[in-house]
Amino acid sequence: MTTMSSAEPTRRDFLYIATGVVGAVGAAAAVWPLIAQMNPDASTIAAGAPIEVDLAPIAEGQVIKVVWRGNPIFISHRTQKEIEEARAVDVGSLPDPQSDQQRVKQGHDQWLVLVGICTHLGCVPLTRQGDYNGFFCPCHGSHYDTSGRIRRGPAPANLPLPPYEFVADSKIRIG
Amino acid sequence: MSPSRHILAAALAVALTAPLGPSAAIAAEAIAPPALSWSWSGPFGKFDRAQLQRGLRVYREVCQNCHGLTLVSFRNLAEPGGPGFTTAQAAAIAKEYKIKDGPNDQGEMFERDGRLADRFPAPWPNENAARAQHNGTVPPDLSVIAKARTYERGFPWFLIDIFTQYQEQGVDYLVALLKGYTDPPQGVELPPGTSYNTYFPGHAISMPPPLQDELVPYTDGAPQTIDQYAKDVAAFLAWAAEPHMEARKRIGFQVMIFLIVFAGLLYFTKKKVWADVHGHA
Amino acid sequence: MSGHSTYQPQSRFMQWFERRLPIVSFMHASFVAYPTPRNLNYWWTFGGILSLMLAIQIVTGIVLAMHYTPHVDHAFVSVETIMRDVNYGWLLRYLHANGASMFFLAAYIHMFRGMYYGSYKDPREVLWILGVILLFLMIATGFMGYVLPWGQMSFWAAKVITSLFGAIPVVGDSIVTWLWGGYSVGNPTLNRFYSLHYLLPFVIAGVVILHVWALHEVGQNNPTGVEPKSDKETVPFTPYATVKDSFLMVVFLILLAWFVFYLPNYLGHADNYIPANPLVTPAHIVPEWYYLPFYAILRAIPSKLGGVIALGASIVILAFLPWLDTSRVRSAAYRPLYRQFFWIFVLVCIGLGWLGAKPAEGGYVIAARFLTAWYFLHFLVILPILGLIEKPKPLPNSISEAVLREGVPIGAPAPAPSGTKH
Repeated sequence: MTTMSSAEPTRRDFLYIATGVVGAVGAAAAVWPLIAQMNPDASTIAAGAPIEVDLAPIAEGQVIKVVWRGNPIFISHRTQKEIEEARAVDVGSLPDPQSDQQRVKQGHDQWLVLVGICTHLGCVPLTRQGDYNGFFCPCHGSHYDTSGRIRRGPAPANLPLPPYEFVADSKIRIG
Repeated sequence: MSPSRHILAAALAVALTAPLGPSAAIAAEAIAPPALSWSWSGPFGKFDRAQLQRGLRVYREVCQNCHGLTLVSFRNLAEPGGPGFTTAQAAAIAKEYKIKDGPNDQGEMFERDGRLADRFPAPWPNENAARAQHNGTVPPDLSVIAKARTYERGFPWFLIDIFTQYQEQGVDYLVALLKGYTDPPQGVELPPGTSYNTYFPGHAISMPPPLQDELVPYTDGAPQTIDQYAKDVAAFLAWAAEPHMEARKRIGFQVMIFLIVFAGLLYFTKKKVWADVHGHA
Repeated sequence: MSGHSTYQPQSRFMQWFERRLPIVSFMHASFVAYPTPRNLNYWWTFGGILSLMLAIQIVTGIVLAMHYTPHVDHAFVSVETIMRDVNYGWLLRYLHANGASMFFLAAYIHMFRGMYYGSYKDPREVLWILGVILLFLMIATGFMGYVLPWGQMSFWAAKVITSLFGAIPVVGDSIVTWLWGGYSVGNPTLNRFYSLHYLLPFVIAGVVILHVWALHEVGQNNPTGVEPKSDKETVPFTPYATVKDSFLMVVFLILLAWFVFYLPNYLGHADNYIPANPLVTPAHIVPEWYYLPFYAILRAIPSKLGGVIALGASIVILAFLPWLDTSRVRSAAYRPLYRQFFWIFVLVCIGLGWLGAKPAEGGYVIAARFLTAWYFLHFLVILPILGLIEKPKPLPNSISEAVLREGVPIGAPAPAPSGTKH
């Protein structure tokens, strides 16, 4: 092989590789909008903006449901007995160890705010039912206590807490 | 081949001349609005934020009494490529509107303050109500009006426009219309409840002259004239009709660069691949 | 076609697979080893460009369907939601809308190329007729797609085109009612158009497979119209045709991108940004540009039934082209008279398109009648007679001879259209 003929394939290969790489980059860029269009659109995101809930009308012992981002949010006005039950448990013995204090806002111990979706497969639990008088998922029999913690059944984790804060003593903003 | 050349030449002559007669006659009827220069025209054009903000002000103080903008959300006002309000400013604007919501726990509809996620409310509850209020006509929604109005560009402009990227006919028409109110010419009888407008098709327009000098106060020192109001509100409506225009042109330039580079690479690749075929036929 | 394959499965798995489903060798035979005449010019790349456009339309269409609502109360707003709120929705919709235009542009160039080089002649008649069927399916699909945004032009296009069927004697009115699913164009009409608009592109894809199958059975025509006589006169599809097609595809995409990003509404109608109103007809109802020649033919005939028949005949007549053209020479490169009449025909089609956009009055109608008459005379009189009286230039004995004689006639691979509009 002469130097000329060995240099030639190299330059040719470079051209082929460059063309292939640019083509691949272009194809990848073209795929992106097709993927991104399936994410929530701007109006869905905007509609998921924080909502405010007035807690004043909720009587002690009552649980209400509000909808945020299409999901049920449980707001429970717990009785003193329910709070005591939730706090009497040995945290270390729980499947998903969490103290009741970690699950409520300090100074607002009677208010439990949960995403009302079973952590097993997404059913909505019944309120004030089950072995622990908290929440009970009828789909596959998960029992949650008065703090929304999983106690028995197939669910792997406690009912999640949505992001929220108290804007006044009896008003919360979810989101 | 001379007889066949003649056939072609004759056919060309027929094709080019025969239909030109009537087109001139029709063009004379409609008056083309003057083509204005806009900040967002051309491949790198961007909206003038201050102009869009002034245009929104004109819309809110004048147009919105009769015209909806129901496809535009308040959040759009703070989105990139728009009038450039902050989220807080857009929320404050939203709060000045009353939005019908409900039903509440008692099963009743109620009114609440507007939020960023809401769209501009229509000025009337339904079209029949609009008709009853406005002498039998429904004032058109303005959300896409800048794309829904145009005028005949005619030959050869419609071909030249492809290369100059002129696509502001709608906006030019809106400005001309807003400034186009005059007294009707001698002998023209207008139907009751209409005004004479030079640029409106048929000239008898149901909308009374909406603008006058000093009608809307500006805070940025822009002239408070009909001319300025018309341009500002038309610019605002151009954005409302095409809120992603800046992103479109930006991505478009990137795509163009990519395609030209890729086409060039493919051209040389093609030449290389075919090098041993040509010449050895 | 499998005869061309030199594919030999290497690995044991591929050998195992090959015995059970020989798809790899089939693809290899069809798209790698398939011999293409070496003298094809760039006009032959439009088949590949059309495949690309079909793919773009199907992909963008499927994702648009994820956001579109086929209901008279929601269609217009759902399209605007796509434009405003869906991520890259404006891009997808503008690609789909302008893609339809570019699809037709490529199809028309593809057809005119076939006419110029006599690609419909023996043994390619079935190939050509499948192409006419594809054109018909494209027209139907494009029309129904245009109805979906439910603007003023959408609504009135639906009304006018479905009313064409009312011209059919006796059963016409019943057919129109059946098409509408009601006594006027309404929600049932929109809903079924949406369903069919989603279905037909896949029918098109199926016929495209038949079209390509027929092509690979008879082989490609070429600018000389003389069949390749040896392997030396062909090159394998890959890499030669693939790289050439790819180059022109990207050049064509530049054209598409020019409209999508800089003139997205240029090819559309302002009236279609006004929500459909069944009580008010726009001043000028005009179809999309790619239907204008047919629309001009429809309006040129001063009778409802006659206009509809002429419209249908203007497409159907294309299917008879292989038998109406009596010349045994394929390529216009060797047919001096036909070449003139071909270009006149192109001008007639463009002229009809221009007239289709003009109001049907005065001189426009007279011109449209003249050009409509010419359109049909071209097929029914000029082509049959030309074949009998024309003295063709001497044909080369082979592609190689033609290439040696003067480069390739007419179809010499033109210098690339470099330096586009930027």
